[in-house]
Amino acid sequence: MIEFRIDRRSGVATYLQLVQQTKHALRLGLLMPGDRLPTAKEVVAATAINPNTVLKAYRELEREGLVEPRPGLGTFVRRSLARPGAAEDAPLRSRLDGWMAEARAAGLEREDVEALFKAVLDTHY
Amino acid sequence: MTTTTRDAALEAVGLGKRYRRGWALRDCTFELPTGRVSALVGPNGAGKSTLMALSTGLLRPTSGVIRVLGKEPGGGGTHQELAFLAQDKPLYRRFTVDEVLRAGQALNPGWDHAYAHRLVREAGVNLDARVGTLSGGQRTRVALAVALGRRPQLLMLDEPLADLDPLAREEVMQTVMAEVAETGMTVLLSSHVLADMEGVCDHLILLAAGRVHLVGDVEDLIADHRLMIGPRRPAGHGLRPESVVEARATGRQETVLVRDGGWHGATGWELHEPTLEELAMAYLRSASPQRPARTRQETVA
Repeated sequence: MIEFRIDRRSGVATYLQLVQQTKHALRLGLLMPGDRLPTAKEVVAATAINPNTVLKAYRELEREGLVEPRPGLGTFVRRSLARPGAAEDAPLRSRLDGWMAEARAAGLEREDVEALFKAVLDTHY
Repeated sequence: MTTTTRDAALEAVGLGKRYRRGWALRDCTFELPTGRVSALVGPNGAGKSTLMALSTGLLRPTSGVIRVLGKEPGGGGTHQELAFLAQDKPLYRRFTVDEVLRAGQALNPGWDHAYAHRLVREAGVNLDARVGTLSGGQRTRVALAVALGRRPQLLMLDEPLADLDPLAREEVMQTVMAEVAETGMTVLLSSHVLADMEGVCDHLILLAAGRVHLVGDVEDLIADHRLMIGPRRPAGHGLRPESVVEARATGRQETVLVRDGGWHGATGWELHEPTLEELAMAYLRSASPQRPARTRQETVA
């Protein structure tokens, strides 16, 4: 089962941290269809966050069709997020790889690249 | 904010309390819906403890009304569904923990003795220990067990985490949040430490100098505000003054907290959603204009 980590100082809304960590686990295949997510009470017992926050995160994941509540049983994963586009040998990845190599050759530091990547990411998403 | 009273765990309308030295609370109007975990935030002397005392009926309002779960606290004492944990966690120091719990049982009709016992056991507190010999953290856990043993619908905690070590803080919040998860209890907790509230509270009541400056659902409040960061402009930030909560300039940079869409149409700014802490700090600072600008910046660090 997935275990959530809450960073209170990250500036990212807590429910969003739960959503992102679940999706991350879905992308990496750590969570598979049929797996049960921890109950609100289990999450609260481990993290001391507001249970309403957990329920909100699960509703968001449900809205996106990733999980489904089964009354009396819990919340279960419906589908995986492991995408072919993100795989090791996918063309998108190799092009980003090439771009990173160019950025490095141009003398950009890791932090420069992160800032640039995030700025472009924000204009598209 | 809605105007229905039916679903409010706590509701104040034009609430005021005057002591001899002046108004401790004035013109307070807000609503805390049931099932929420609300942070009551404000500097010392803002009126937080007064508000809690008015809710329990220990104090009577000078003006206006306060309703606890639909009822005005009055002659009948504290509302049976309200549990209040005061800052000094008053427990008889010479009682043993077991005696404290038995007193709780004798005094409270809806008392859940097994649950209160379990909370004390989970806290690792010896039932035969005298209250006076307990550590601050243990005393808080016992006081919390007494408050939760009543199985309240509304729990009010005045600075529950003050003087607790990090582990005890986490355990206390876990206990409270588990109860919220199980029963849908409403919680109002006051604290100076805003970082403790992040992820815990989904509702905010911000008091300064006896008045409510900000109230509502945390997510709505955050969505209604933006933190704008940009280069300091010689002619000023040029934003609508009525939408600016607070503007601070440091060197070449200016940081402005803006509400109600005041950021629309402004160019050359980086926009961020504020954290609960950033939001509350900006309102608290802007509510104390007597502080010089320099100290204001120091408080951010």
